Amino acid sequence: MARSDLPAGAWTASFNRMEWRDTGILLATRKHGETSLILDVFTPGYGRHTGVLRGGTSRKLAPVLQPGAQLDLTWRARLEDHMGAFTAEPQRSRAAAAMGDRLSLAGLSAVLAMVQWSLPERAASPALYARTEALLDLLGQPDLWPLAYLRWEHALLGEMGFGLDLTACAVTGATGGLAYVSPRTGRAVTAEGAGDWADRLLPLPPVLLGAEPADDAEIVAGLGVTGYFLLHHVATDLGHETLPPARAALLDRLRRQTGSCG
Amino acid sequence: MKHDKDIDGLIALMARLPGLGPRSARRAVLHLIRKRDQLLGPLAQSMQRVADTARECLNCGNVGTADLCAICADETRATGLICVVEDVGDLWAMERAGVFKGRYHVLGGTLSALDGIGPDDLRIPQLLHRLSAEHVTEVILALNATIDGQTTAHYIADQLEHRDVALSSLAQGVPIGGELDYLDDGTITAALNARKRF
Repeated sequence: MARSDLPAGAWTASFNRMEWRDTGILLATRKHGETSLILDVFTPGYGRHTGVLRGGTSRKLAPVLQPGAQLDLTWRARLEDHMGAFTAEPQRSRAAAAMGDRLSLAGLSAVLAMVQWSLPERAASPALYARTEALLDLLGQPDLWPLAYLRWEHALLGEMGFGLDLTACAVTGATGGLAYVSPRTGRAVTAEGAGDWADRLLPLPPVLLGAEPADDAEIVAGLGVTGYFLLHHVATDLGHETLPPARAALLDRLRRQTGSCG
Repeated sequence: MKHDKDIDGLIALMARLPGLGPRSARRAVLHLIRKRDQLLGPLAQSMQRVADTARECLNCGNVGTADLCAICADETRATGLICVVEDVGDLWAMERAGVFKGRYHVLGGTLSALDGIGPDDLRIPQLLHRLSAEHVTEVILALNATIDGQTTAHYIADQLEHRDVALSSLAQGVPIGGELDYLDDGTITAALNARKRF
């Protein structure tokens, strides 16, 4: 594969060529013809980006082109709105470390699916990228990972324009005793402030307020809250009817771990 | 280039085969026409026979020309041992090695959230039925070392959790003839994790 002379993060455009070079996380691949792949990658500087990788199904490249892999990418196209073509050099693999463990594998699939589900193409999200890379690097640490995923999903909500405001009660202004979150506004409410409306509000697990340590049951409850807002506020804006099945599989795995069936 | 209508049609069909493009299809068709007595005629007859009789094995999902494939119908093969593979191509690869003497189960794909393939789209219920019907004592998961392949393997393992069946999977690591210097870091990680006493 010919490597670009551009330094990482650089971008150039001339009359007849567009080109950039960046690092990226491989989200998914799709076969294109017999020997090529269409890569869907998440980069810090260019957001989600797709492009063709010629020869991507070769025996040499197939092992390194597993979802979650960190790649050094160069993208070239004649015009900016063309799909373009990638050259890719592997930086590190994450799939091998995740494959042996059910939770890690479910987690890896869920993160990649959520990025694909939520982010538009070619819109840079450097902060979310940094969080995503850090989260994926925690895979294989089952005691840390579920909580890290919950924090990441909480941040994803903010990135999508629906950050939860859990700093003070929306009714009383109190900063302590927050027990509920409004399903309409995403603002925290105390038990006192909720009053008779409590049964219409979502219970707020302390883990979402930053309480640690949190057990898996509490993390599942936290994911129930983030999942509610992703489904009822973000999904409709994105034209989705459901959350990705990979996220449901991760929740199922976490529930099995906790032994609960809720 | 314009040929006879039937020959053009044959070239167009051949060009749709894996590994062939329009150019190589033209060469193949020209070769067949030149050797029509030795090759084209027998090939056409053979293709017609297979087209008339080819079907999926009702038991394992392999392809054959009868309701039960040659492997399922072979009474010399062990019945208590099932090797689960993703596709018929994988079954053929295992048979090439000639080492496995049990029976197979072809899933017909892997679970894939991206492509919307769920458990009901695969032959997993048939596998569970076979476990009781054939008194299976061991299931070998010979699925590809990909995210989808291993997700499917874990799903099947979950389904077999409360059954009295030994479950194993193929080892992952350095291929025969492989040089460490040329291996990707994922394979080296897997090989190191699966190291064995020497």
